Amino acid sequence: MIVRILGEGQYDVADSSLDELNRLDAEVEAAVDADDDVAFTPALAALLDGVRAVGTAHDVDSLDSSDLILPPADATIAEVRELLTDEGLIPG
Amino acid sequence: MSIMKRMSLIFRSKANKALDKAEDPRETLDYSYQRQLDLLTKVRRGVADVATSRKRVELQVNQLEQQQAKLQGQAEKALGVGREDLAREALTRKSGLAQQIGDLKTQHAQLQGEEEKLTLAQQRLQAKVESFRTRKETIKATYTAAEAQTKIGEAMSGIGEEMGDVGMAMQRAEDKTAAMQARAGAIDELLASGALDDVSQSGGGDDIARELDALSSTSDVEAELARMKGLSAPEQPAALEGQPASGDILDEQPQTQARPAGEQS
Repeated sequence: MIVRILGEGQYDVADSSLDELNRLDAEVEAAVDADDDVAFTPALAALLDGVRAVGTAHDVDSLDSSDLILPPADATIAEVRELLTDEGLIPG
Repeated sequence: MSIMKRMSLIFRSKANKALDKAEDPRETLDYSYQRQLDLLTKVRRGVADVATSRKRVELQVNQLEQQQAKLQGQAEKALGVGREDLAREALTRKSGLAQQIGDLKTQHAQLQGEEEKLTLAQQRLQAKVESFRTRKETIKATYTAAEAQTKIGEAMSGIGEEMGDVGMAMQRAEDKTAAMQARAGAIDELLASGALDDVSQSGGGDDIARELDALSSTSDVEAELARMKGLSAPEQPAALEGQPASGDILDEQPQTQARPAGEQS
């Protein structure tokens, strides 16, 4: 499957890695739900590092859409919330 | 639903909505391509803007570092002529500048990071726009409007996602740069006003420099006077000091006292 890290590009990730990434994703989600900045930053970093570790860069000139889209590495909780609403995104 | 999945769905629906404008799906391709070229132009301009801000901060760091070196020199000079108070003042100002320089260097690193990110985003978008152009021509040449629908949907979805990503990266870079530009503007004003003792005001118009100039011209005069006295009036030290303790001077004294007497007679 293809995972995009916003601001960074697309990665090919094997389906077998999904369980691990889901576990990391759950930690990010918990931090966002609890509005816990202290937990959020390392949780997001761990999730993105996980994607970078198991993934390989997807062809840069492909027009494939991603299966999963992740926030940029320096995102804040507020920005993640914005990404999850209908406001705040500039679609080009 | 997980964050990843929610975000993906929302992001994609927004990206697609932004591109879904034309009635004939093949017109959508041209419309979208135009939007892509516009965005590429914007990103290039964005990279240039961030680079300009970065260079401005670089220039400010250089100016402040020159000022720092100048204050260091002034402190040494002041200490050399025994004015510890002036030296202290110069060093105090220097440490104030060190903080400013530290802040500016942090900003510089951030701007450099944004510039690199945007440059990479531009390259990714450029590669995809090029692919899209090729795909667009193929689709228009090969398929009827009805058949093209699916193919177009695929191409649009991929490029829409990239455009959404790049658009967001631009927005973030602009926000960060705007905040820093406000601070850079404030520092430029300070430098221009001379409050930071801008070295570009040549001649060293600040008060420490003035006092040191006054001091050094005084001490230059004294040194010159002493030199001239030493040459033309060798008897003067003896007359002033009365009974010097130094052996050298004692050795010379008999001669200096004897000679005037000899010359006068």
